[in-house]
Amino acid sequence: MTPWLQRQRHLIDFTVEALARRKGRNLALLVVYALMVFVLASVLLFSQALRREAALLLAQAPEITVQRLVAGRMDLVPAAHLERLAGLRGVASAQGRLWGYYYDPATQANYTLMVPLTDPPPPGTMQVGPTLARFWRLGVGDVLSLRTHDGRAFPLSVQGILPTDSALVAADLVLIAEADFRAFFGIPAGLYTDLVLKVRNPREVAKVAQKVQRDLPDTRPIIREEILRTYAALFDWREGMVMVLLSGAVLAFMILAWDKASGLSAEERREIGVLKAIGWETSDILAMKLWEGLLVSVFAFLLGYLAAYVHVAAFSASLFVPVLKGWSVLYPDFALTPQVDPFQVFTLFFLTVFPYALATLVPVWRSAVADPDAVMRQ
Amino acid sequence: MTRGHRTRGDLALVALLALTLAAAATFLHAALAGGRLDGATREGRNLVARLGLTDLALFTEARYTRHPTQADRHAAFQDHPMALEHFPSGSMMAPPPFFGRTAHDPLAPATASPD
Repeated sequence: MTPWLQRQRHLIDFTVEALARRKGRNLALLVVYALMVFVLASVLLFSQALRREAALLLAQAPEITVQRLVAGRMDLVPAAHLERLAGLRGVASAQGRLWGYYYDPATQANYTLMVPLTDPPPPGTMQVGPTLARFWRLGVGDVLSLRTHDGRAFPLSVQGILPTDSALVAADLVLIAEADFRAFFGIPAGLYTDLVLKVRNPREVAKVAQKVQRDLPDTRPIIREEILRTYAALFDWREGMVMVLLSGAVLAFMILAWDKASGLSAEERREIGVLKAIGWETSDILAMKLWEGLLVSVFAFLLGYLAAYVHVAAFSASLFVPVLKGWSVLYPDFALTPQVDPFQVFTLFFLTVFPYALATLVPVWRSAVADPDAVMRQ
Repeated sequence: MTRGHRTRGDLALVALLALTLAAAATFLHAALAGGRLDGATREGRNLVARLGLTDLALFTEARYTRHPTQADRHAAFQDHPMALEHFPSGSMMAPPPFFGRTAHDPLAPATASPD
């Protein structure tokens, strides 16, 4: 080992012994510090994982969804629109979708009722989302009665339950036949909730959307790119909101850390005086204190980050679920695949480790350059 | 400090090294896990493709939080003019895009373009 390394090793050894002498105080600081990193890193990792999941799932969303607006609100689309769009150059296929919301006063939750584009269930039956099935403890063959638009009871028997793994997109879905849907909501034939278009050439999607709006000015085309962008913006916003809420706690911690790191106790000042008196150089004392700051902050960062990773990867960020749930009665159960953005992790590292390590140096430098006799007498 | 004798400083360095390796392992784990689609994601993608779904079922309490991408233009204040946002998830979601640059309007001025 080179003399320089040997020297640093001894300095670290001395620093750890000094930290151990004030065990309670330093442990408390380490725990609070690690906790702060844990919360910040959890938010970052969780948002990143959700963003990835949304991008992967919605990559299969319809290329163009066309809504009709009446007085600025979504309205039913007539079949004539569908025929007109199906004939547009560049459109491979156009289909009318039927979906709507059903508010169930018993559960105080909104369900999404939908007619599948392919393989709809037979009339009188339904396929339900996994969260809804769990909520009502539904099994195949069970009957759930909903109330139609004109107040009649509308019993539907469960034909199947959508896979548990698809809860993130299908938690509250109720899939029914077209005839049932129209009877349930009182929607006559020839009207759809919205239309979905498939485009032959993926590079022409924006062009086709322009044509849709030119030919049918009362419509609003939504392309898949916009859906993905909306979700990216949604999670950015959420991350930002949580960070703003957390900033109070972060500032409080910074004041505590700054106070702890930049103010020297009488005991620490005496220690510096003694070290100087027995022949330590100012640079040794600075190095020793820098090691102290680095050890505490790097340990806290690593502990906090690792705990956050386990929190998100193994427990799907279960501590955040109550906040995310809001008023949702039907909240999906889902596992997240962790995703680490090295840039974010390094930003967090720089923002949490370096200010603390540097804050320890200033007062030490002031004491260390002073006369040992004067320092010890203070 | 004698050779071969482990001090507290050495233990601290070993612990630091172990934690650093564990942190590095998370990068590897995330890269490996992110590289392949797990069963749940594949199942979800299939359903999205089959049903033509457009949104995640994260916030099911209101129409515009259930389908943020399909919501009315004046979501989230859509219940009546000047209605105050009162759903908790409203504070978690981005404001509608038309508050800033609109996501849909860029298509509007281009409608006069030739076929």
